[in-house]
Amino acid sequence: MRNLWIFISKYNAFFFLIIFLLISLILLVNNNSYQRASVWNSSHQLIGEAYERVNAFTSYLSLGRTNDSLAAENARLNNQLKTSFFDDSVEQHSVNDTLTQQQYSYIVAKVVNNSVHQKNNYITINRGLKHGIKKGWGVISAKGVVGIVLNVSEHFATIQSVLHSDTRISASVNGNIGSLVWGEDSSDPRLAILRDIPNHVIVKKGNRVVTSGYSLFPSGIEIGRVTRTGLKGGDSFLDIEIYLSTDFSKLQYVYVINNLLAQEQKELEAPNKPQ
Amino acid sequence: MGRVILINTFRFILLICLQVFLLKNIGYYNLAIPFLYILFILLLPFKIPNGLLFLLSFLTGLTVDVFYDTLGLNAAACTVLAFVRIVFISVTVQREGFDNEPDPSLGIMGLRWFIFYAIILTFFHHLVLFSFETFRFTEFGYILIRSILSSLFTVLLMILAEFMFFRKKVR
Repeated sequence: MRNLWIFISKYNAFFFLIIFLLISLILLVNNNSYQRASVWNSSHQLIGEAYERVNAFTSYLSLGRTNDSLAAENARLNNQLKTSFFDDSVEQHSVNDTLTQQQYSYIVAKVVNNSVHQKNNYITINRGLKHGIKKGWGVISAKGVVGIVLNVSEHFATIQSVLHSDTRISASVNGNIGSLVWGEDSSDPRLAILRDIPNHVIVKKGNRVVTSGYSLFPSGIEIGRVTRTGLKGGDSFLDIEIYLSTDFSKLQYVYVINNLLAQEQKELEAPNKPQ
Repeated sequence: MGRVILINTFRFILLICLQVFLLKNIGYYNLAIPFLYILFILLLPFKIPNGLLFLLSFLTGLTVDVFYDTLGLNAAACTVLAFVRIVFISVTVQREGFDNEPDPSLGIMGLRWFIFYAIILTFFHHLVLFSFETFRFTEFGYILIRSILSSLFTVLLMILAEFMFFRKKVR
């Protein structure tokens, strides 16, 4: 204790310096806004940096919990998405025209299920009985013919697409009526065969193939273009390959065609059919 | 003893008045600013106790600070000044050689010693003052230039004042 006192009194100038400098610094920092601001700023910066480092480490520890909460949030948000709900509204416009009677009306539908790589392909759409769709109606897309309504439920309908071995669609090329079939030789979803065109008709590569208007579809709806014409040995009909204009693998929206005069036509033609 | 106190009190009042009423308004573009009031601390007697020296320095700085609105700034600089003064005097002067309590003034100690003494002490005072005023290490070059120029200004004024008022003490 004595030695300490001797030490302090020997170097008293230094201790006086420390004491008075400390007092004046406290005064300086407490009473001058600029110095106070710089002191607080630098200390805040230091503390903030330390907190940031620690945070960077601790955030790894809670990563699992964070993932869980994010997944739960994703599920909740998916539930709210429009695609989770069944769209019930149908847009239909009919104009009362007294000069020309409307024969065809269209109902828009969205494709909800689709296949292109089977032997018999079907398409499901989100329109059904509730929206007035009936069995046997034709279906087209913006690009061309799609198929025929096969089965109808309350909210959905299945379509027997062109890519089906039983589908026959009346088609016309340069005014000559033929029959469109698919899947006999190849299962390429873009290629179909046009049958029953007699071999005296001149058909060239690139000619348009459209619907004839004899069946469910209005006349003149595009089906595809001729890619190959050829004679089969000993046959009296041309063998025409068609590149379909509808890309079935990318189908999203289709139109269901209601032929308003179909019933009348069918009734009239009924007696002709052999029993 | 009473005379020493009287002289120092008078010097204190005179220098403070000179500093806060006249020299406060004089300066060369904020680069060279005179702080003549530290002459009071420089001229305190050799035999003053360290504690009293520090206290007086601190109070002098504080008084100037009150007028300058920078509480603690000049006080800190003057505290450092007192420490440098103690070290400087203990290095250069044999304290036992003085009996009649002389001041470390120009007339008694001679021109060379006094200029050296004034330059060292003033420079340290100004360095601390400007450092704490700027309060940033990044502008050290600016602080250094200000300290050197202001020190030259202040020392010039000190020598002038010494020649004007205290020279006749020699005779």
